[in-house]
Amino acid sequence: MTDPTLASRSRWVIRGALSRQGYLGFALAGLLVPLAGWWWLAAQGIVDPVFLPAPDRVLDSARAWLMEGDLLADVSISVYRVLTGFLISALIALPLGLFIGTFAPVKAFFEPLTDFVRYMPAAAFIPLVMLWVGIDEGAKIAIIFIGTFFQMVLMIAEDVRRVPMEQIEAAQTMGAERGEVIMRVILPSAKPAILDTLRITMGWAWTYLVVAELVAANSGLGFAVLKAQRFLQTDKIFAGIILIGLFGLATDQLFRWLHRKSFPWLHRT
Amino acid sequence: MTTPRISISALHKRFQTDQGEFVALRDVNLSVAPGEFVTLVGASGCGKSTLLRIAGGLEPPSAGAVAVDGRPITGPGIDRAMVFQHYSLYPWLTVVGNIKFCRQLRVHRDVSTSAEVEAASGRADALIRLMGLSHVANAYPNQLSGGMQQRVAIARALMARPHILLMDEPFGALDAQTREVMHDLILHVSKLEKTTMLFVTHDVEEALYLGHRVVLMAPAPGRIEAVYDVPLPGRREQDMKLAGEFLSLKREILAGIRATSSVRTDQELLDRLGEIPALQNDSV
Ligand SMILES: Nc1ncnc2c1ncn2[C@@H]1O[C@H](COP(=O)(O)OP(=O)(O)OP(=O)(O)O)[C@@H](O)[C@H]1O
Ligand SMILES: [Mg+2]
Repeated sequence: MTDPTLASRSRWVIRGALSRQGYLGFALAGLLVPLAGWWWLAAQGIVDPVFLPAPDRVLDSARAWLMEGDLLADVSISVYRVLTGFLISALIALPLGLFIGTFAPVKAFFEPLTDFVRYMPAAAFIPLVMLWVGIDEGAKIAIIFIGTFFQMVLMIAEDVRRVPMEQIEAAQTMGAERGEVIMRVILPSAKPAILDTLRITMGWAWTYLVVAELVAANSGLGFAVLKAQRFLQTDKIFAGIILIGLFGLATDQLFRWLHRKSFPWLHRT
Repeated sequence: MTTPRISISALHKRFQTDQGEFVALRDVNLSVAPGEFVTLVGASGCGKSTLLRIAGGLEPPSAGAVAVDGRPITGPGIDRAMVFQHYSLYPWLTVVGNIKFCRQLRVHRDVSTSAEVEAASGRADALIRLMGLSHVANAYPNQLSGGMQQRVAIARALMARPHILLMDEPFGALDAQTREVMHDLILHVSKLEKTTMLFVTHDVEEALYLGHRVVLMAPAPGRIEAVYDVPLPGRREQDMKLAGEFLSLKREILAGIRATSSVRTDQELLDRLGEIPALQNDSV
């Protein structure tokens, strides 16, 4: 056993480590403290429930949504939109980012354009998307695509560029051809960083859900939040936002788990 | 006379920079015999790395040529392996995976009969044992000390049986103790494998202990200033570093580096700093 005072002090050492229990304790506190604060504030009755419904009312509203409404349908269509938009984005961004990060002419061709487009707000594309793609599923997926793709390409290109030149040159002096350097050195070397990039951009895909469902939707979590706002059902707005957050958190954890499983050498201590 | 293993003739290298053209190497000529161990020393920026990279085919010369066994080189080749100072191991592969990396490449795979595959596997095992890596064969590079990592890098470079090993300050980041061990190891390997060595270092003692010849380079423009034959027997021992002729040659080369280096101690500045009261110990 280590000295408990020593253990608690070493936690606050700069960049110190934290035991598994310690982590869980702090993480739980970080979630429960705001929840308790919310509960307390709502219970005081000083804030109109229309602005701040109590947590139990939000839970009730979520239950009603599940029982009487179509929560499951809303969830599955939203998950479908986010995943499809994200996957199409990743499918194009992966090879493109790899080539931008590897070949100077490709970089010169695409990077200024991508840099420029990524500053355009995805929401501002809604009228254009409706005009070009229509108002069906494709339009919602297109908005999520626009929101994530351009950031994703640039981040993947940066991940690829961070592969140490020494790793590449070592392969070249061992006789690796250009394609072999890409497939056997650059790709495996950049993979962990790319998976992290996918995890982060997946978060952005979730945040674009509400924007995407602004487009003539009649289902989905984002749509439900927008509709609840029209009827001033604040508790349902809360339920919808929290659900989107929870799904985002779940996919994030899934990516982290995948990272640990795929890249064991990075997770040893 | 036999053909030199490496023959560098009238080599020039210019870089385009924001300040215009920069001459990194001017008229460099050097011949290295098969099996010879040649070390390169010189002040920082004198073009040692550039020369090595050109020999490795990683950088094209501006003029002149490098020939290996009489044939001019046009790029990297499996006859010349390179060991870098840092970051060249593949962190996603184990020690064995790193050493066998070249076996996955087409140049080494196409010619493989099953007997050759077996021989290669035997060679990997032999290199692992030679380099003292048996107990970490299945570890990942980030679990190894710096010295161990460089052993892996050298074993990986030797795996394809290169005729020439090019090393750019491979032990630059290691502590003195580990370096000594690595020196004797690399001497042993070079004799065993009959590999021709071109070895860059900023440590004159290292250069003298390892090399049959020491090439002194000078900066601005990068060039060969002098070539010294090392008057030590073929079989080196750590004690030789204390021999009189070793020390006098070391002093001579160090003086040569100092004379050509653009970095100097500004004695006048140091004197002036000494007069500032806050920097004087007794004022505390
Ligand atoms: N790609 C490049 N572009 C422009 N200048 C370069 C380039 N590579 C090297 N140089 C310059 O050429 C000179 C020689 O560089 P080099 O790295 O060969 O020196 P070095 O002798 O290895 O120095 P050190 O002992 O510090 O490693 C330096 O002044 C460097 O700034
Ligand atoms: Mg150098």
